Amino acid sequence: MMYNNEHFEPVITPNVQRPGCETLDFYITNENGYKGLEKALKMKPAEVIDEVKKSNLRGRGGAGFPTGMKWSFMPANPVDANGNLKPKYLVCNADEGEPGTFKDRLIFTKTPHRMIEGMIIAGHAIASNKGFIYVRGEWFKETRLMQKAIDDAYAKGFLGKNILGSGFDFDLVVYKGAGAYICGEETALLNSLEGKRGEPRLKPPFPAQVGAYGMPSCVNNVETFAAVPYILVKGWEKYAKMGTERSGGTRLIGVSGHVNRPAVYELPMNLSINDIIEIAGGVKGGKLKAVIPGGASAPMLRADECTVLTDYDSLAKAGTMAGSGGVIVLNDTVNIVEATYTLLKFYEHESCGQCSQCREGSHWLARMFKRILDGGGTQDDLDYIAKICGNMAGQTICAFADAVTGPALSSVRKFREEFEELIHKGGLLGMGRQESVSHKLVGAHV
Amino acid sequence: MALSEKIKKTINGIRHQFPTEQALLIPLLHEIQNDHGWVSLDAMKEAGEFLNLPLSKVREVASFYTMFKLHPQGKVDVQICTNISCWLNGADKLVSCAEKRLGVHAGQTTKDSCFTLTQVECLASCGTAPAIMMNEDYYENVTEAQLVELINQAEKDVATNKTVGKSTRQDGVWP
Repeated sequence: MMYNNEHFEPVITPNVQRPGCETLDFYITNENGYKGLEKALKMKPAEVIDEVKKSNLRGRGGAGFPTGMKWSFMPANPVDANGNLKPKYLVCNADEGEPGTFKDRLIFTKTPHRMIEGMIIAGHAIASNKGFIYVRGEWFKETRLMQKAIDDAYAKGFLGKNILGSGFDFDLVVYKGAGAYICGEETALLNSLEGKRGEPRLKPPFPAQVGAYGMPSCVNNVETFAAVPYILVKGWEKYAKMGTERSGGTRLIGVSGHVNRPAVYELPMNLSINDIIEIAGGVKGGKLKAVIPGGASAPMLRADECTVLTDYDSLAKAGTMAGSGGVIVLNDTVNIVEATYTLLKFYEHESCGQCSQCREGSHWLARMFKRILDGGGTQDDLDYIAKICGNMAGQTICAFADAVTGPALSSVRKFREEFEELIHKGGLLGMGRQESVSHKLVGAHV
Repeated sequence: MALSEKIKKTINGIRHQFPTEQALLIPLLHEIQNDHGWVSLDAMKEAGEFLNLPLSKVREVASFYTMFKLHPQGKVDVQICTNISCWLNGADKLVSCAEKRLGVHAGQTTKDSCFTLTQVECLASCGTAPAIMMNEDYYENVTEAQLVELINQAEKDVATNKTVGKSTRQDGVWP
């Protein structure tokens, strides 16, 4: 392998190309399946948490919060007002919907047992007896595959009562969302799991205190859970060594857009964006113009900035984020204003509407970009865009508004000349380009 | 009766998994959507009665999520992702092609109520862009020719009363 990392080995995807890799038999025979669980059940919960803490596993859903620490926030014996013990819930966030991110779907279809095992181990660690898997609504097939995997795990005694004779009980329930990007935000997800509108909650109280159905809850991403069995089987040292000082292990990177081999790649974190593009077969159809390094919400990078490493801290230092590991590559045939409008149209549609800054802001940003594309933009618009973004970021209940400003602000800052060209030449038509069919407002979204 | 006995049975079958009645609302609306192709006001009223929820709660949820349609739809919902990765890989061409083939704009239903054409947001299939959904089924790396072929096949299937785009659904089984 070309990766300049002697410790690296795939944690989640070693066998995803082999036929039958999604079955329980395959997992047990070829991948140390449920060995991590066996080991964990012989350990005390605090020891399991400690193991995960030392492995430096960080949340793979976008925020990159240390997983072991999140687990340790769960209260030991929560009681209600009458002194009765409250249940604790473990929740898996499988509402994968960040444009450019498609790694969790791979886990669902190719190695679901790894995630299930990770969840049972996590359940033991936080002393919870029930887990919910919140799956995005569009995944009909994937949800059914996951349900099948769960049924198989029940049949073999990995789920249910007295797992492997340890006295530990754990149940897993699949729940389906219904098409709302915002439900990937953990508190919105909890509301949706309760059968409500997926509107994010004010924090505090944090989910570890008041989560699903009012009970202490812990929410983690699919990939995070899928990494846990390896840590138990091979030990935290090996996992931690593969990563950087502050972030252990490997990452699933979904490369899409203008590359020759778009796919999910499991990679170490000491690679640059340029390395990743090379691994994905290089840029297709032109020269590299820009990269969105961590799902649509991550501020974009210009081609000359793509030497940056892809660990959480290096990307944060470069003013963007590792996010959910979706690398979107744009070549030089793309007009950045158009590309950004594609994203803003999405955010405008997906804002939950709770906070006015976000509801109005995402709407106005999309309108302004559209106006610039249509030839009605002015130089002042560019300053207004920055001003609107300033009124959005950090002003709302959840981070959605910050996510909207990521592409909007970075495109204006880094590709200002493209905006000015559109403004001065009278929009796309003035530049001899056609308006994108999907940007037309006829019929539009339903 | 918008709420069939079959739906009630499916939902009662998963009732024990959830601590509250309201948690069953989204699964119930999914089943209604599947059965009727949309969620009517009558269906919402019955859903509320079934789960002991006020209509307002049912309605606020049904109107929040894009997968619950509040107006009648075509039998086949052709959903084309036009978000960034698909857009970069030619989703526009698919939209034009589908508009031409079906004679409607995105967001509209054909006169014979056979097809609804919808532009959707990211389907988490960016590595195999452009991606589309026909009802419940994904199709990836779709070309214009394949799209036309899929639509032609669906049209035939609808004419012969076959179910379209629900290849993994088992009746009465959640999910």
